[in-house]
Amino acid sequence: MKKHIHLEKVYKIFLSAIPFQRLVLLFFILMTNSLYAEFPDGNELIRKVDENMYSRNAISTSRMIVHGRRGSRTMEIKSWTEGDNQSFSEYLSPPRDAGTKMLKLEDKLWIYNPSSDRTIQISGHMLRQSVMGSDLSYEDMMEENELTKIYNAKVTGEEIISERDCWIVLLTAKVEDAAYQTKKVWIDKERCLPLREERFGKSGKLLKTTEIKEVFKIGKRWYPQNMVFKDVLKKGKGTEFIIDSIEFDVEIPKAIFSKASLRK
Amino acid sequence: MFKFLTKGLLRDRTRSFFPILVISAGVMLTVVVYSWLMGFLTMTIHENARFETGHVKIVTRAYHEMIDQKPFDLGIIGIKEMKAELQKEYPEMTWLPRIYFGGLLDLPDEKGETKTQGEVMGMAVDLSSNSKECELLNLDKAIYTGKLPQENREILISHELAEKLGIKLNDKVTIISSTMYGSMAMQNFTVSGTVIFGMMGMDRGAVITDISDAQLLLDMEDAASEILGFLPLYNEEQTMIIADNFNKKFSDESDEFSPVMLPLISQNNLEIMLSMIDERMGMFIFIFVFLMSLVLWNSGLMNGIRRYGEVGVRLAIGESKGHIYRSMILESLFIGVAGTVIGTMIGLIFSYILQYVGIDISSLMRDTKMIMSTTMRAQVTPVSYYIGFLPGVLSSVIGAMISGIGIYKRNTAQLFKELEI
Repeated sequence: MKKHIHLEKVYKIFLSAIPFQRLVLLFFILMTNSLYAEFPDGNELIRKVDENMYSRNAISTSRMIVHGRRGSRTMEIKSWTEGDNQSFSEYLSPPRDAGTKMLKLEDKLWIYNPSSDRTIQISGHMLRQSVMGSDLSYEDMMEENELTKIYNAKVTGEEIISERDCWIVLLTAKVEDAAYQTKKVWIDKERCLPLREERFGKSGKLLKTTEIKEVFKIGKRWYPQNMVFKDVLKKGKGTEFIIDSIEFDVEIPKAIFSKASLRK
Repeated sequence: MFKFLTKGLLRDRTRSFFPILVISAGVMLTVVVYSWLMGFLTMTIHENARFETGHVKIVTRAYHEMIDQKPFDLGIIGIKEMKAELQKEYPEMTWLPRIYFGGLLDLPDEKGETKTQGEVMGMAVDLSSNSKECELLNLDKAIYTGKLPQENREILISHELAEKLGIKLNDKVTIISSTMYGSMAMQNFTVSGTVIFGMMGMDRGAVITDISDAQLLLDMEDAASEILGFLPLYNEEQTMIIADNFNKKFSDESDEFSPVMLPLISQNNLEIMLSMIDERMGMFIFIFVFLMSLVLWNSGLMNGIRRYGEVGVRLAIGESKGHIYRSMILESLFIGVAGTVIGTMIGLIFSYILQYVGIDISSLMRDTKMIMSTTMRAQVTPVSYYIGFLPGVLSSVIGAMISGIGIYKRNTAQLFKELEI
């Protein structure tokens, strides 16, 4: 309504102005409108990101390289994921970690350790602990993947990241139990893929960053192949996550997503 | 003069008895309090050393930056080789590696699922039979139920934690932590006993296990959080020399994991505490000197009244006021020395009794047998033999100097009238 009134006023001014001034005014109006039209709708943008990134299910093998103060350590992981709420991971190497399994069902997380033959539920403040010494926490792992379910989005600018033209999107949590109150994401304009992410706490302090170093295309999807997670509060070079293979929309036996499968 | 004054003091006991009594009491108290403070200091050093600091402690530079958090992931690797070198360099010393870690203690139910869980603070020490750790930590006395770990994967837990989580002897529990390199660490242990530590934080949730079990759990083969070193008898200067020599030889500022040795005095703010005790002792002596001077001034005034006639005669026969004043001061010096000697002797007797017998405070410290010794002792040092001289002699002399000023107010013209001759 306000925009309508504003336009009417402008129109009256335009009619009363002399020809040269009308030209200048017209040019100014066109410029302003084009600015308003330049940034897309943030929520629509993250919907496209979710469409690109997330599938009904997936099976992947990956490597997690933890760069610690005493050197680097590489772990090989195989994961099965069903939607947002079910995932099962098994650590394949190194020998000390081999056989360790993690099961996520809804908002619960269990870990099985072969050396103790125990299944332990990770809950409470333990969720804030690091996963296998990496810069990721269990809470990060538990976070729902679909952005549209957790955040409202607004495009605030654009920037070139790794030679890709990106939208800068500010995400604000719309649920109470979001792990991060705000995020800032750089989304590849063409591929609808986040290339960089900054995660902030409630105080606005930067807590973690994610950078995607390499991407690959699977069917119609663009997917991150090499990511670096960094806990800003820790010393060190962060954790590298490399996806060696991934299959989408495959048949996964339901029995995998059960506590019984942890001990097999 | 010396003979004259001494004879005077011995023949006229009233001149000397009360002042000597006062000085002896004050000096005795000074000596006993000083020896008691030294004993307290020695006990504090000893307790800190055995539980926390050692006489010296070796950590990595990175660990030292966050030493209050005891980050075992920044601990020392290659402790076997380091211990061998240290043993060769300092054969009289004992070297004990320790690991401190944090984690969860999980008690399973019959199905193996979590029944209860609690946060714990772990301490791993060498519990083998030939190790000094049991003696240092008073573990035998601190055990409340059960026994010390004797087999692999046995653990002691705090009694309060055991009661809170419903853990009984011989229960199997799982310790969940992370390894030195960040991996998940989980190991099952059998509860062999419960212990009362005597410190609130530790009693809320601490566990003790053998260092070899902790090394396995935390992937710390040939590693430890800290290495504590103990001399046969603590000597501050010696520890500083040892630390200095070690750091010159082994410590490298450019390598965050190179070892650094810390003498006891530079840990846990002990230096500040020890200098505070020194200051307190100084203040204590000052207060004693002041108070005793006041009493002896008063005594001197009373003495002056009693010896009014004597001073008058001495002035009348031609002795100068200055000479009388100086002789009074000299008398007070003899009284001071005599009182100090007697007071020191009595003080030392009490101090030695307190040193060898001590005061048993175990009824006040029922639950702190591990952390604190239950007998408080004094410690007689060479300083105890002469510390009393300062308050003893000084207070006597000051008292006489102040009270003797009255001599200068005597009017020789009035002398005969006063003497009623």
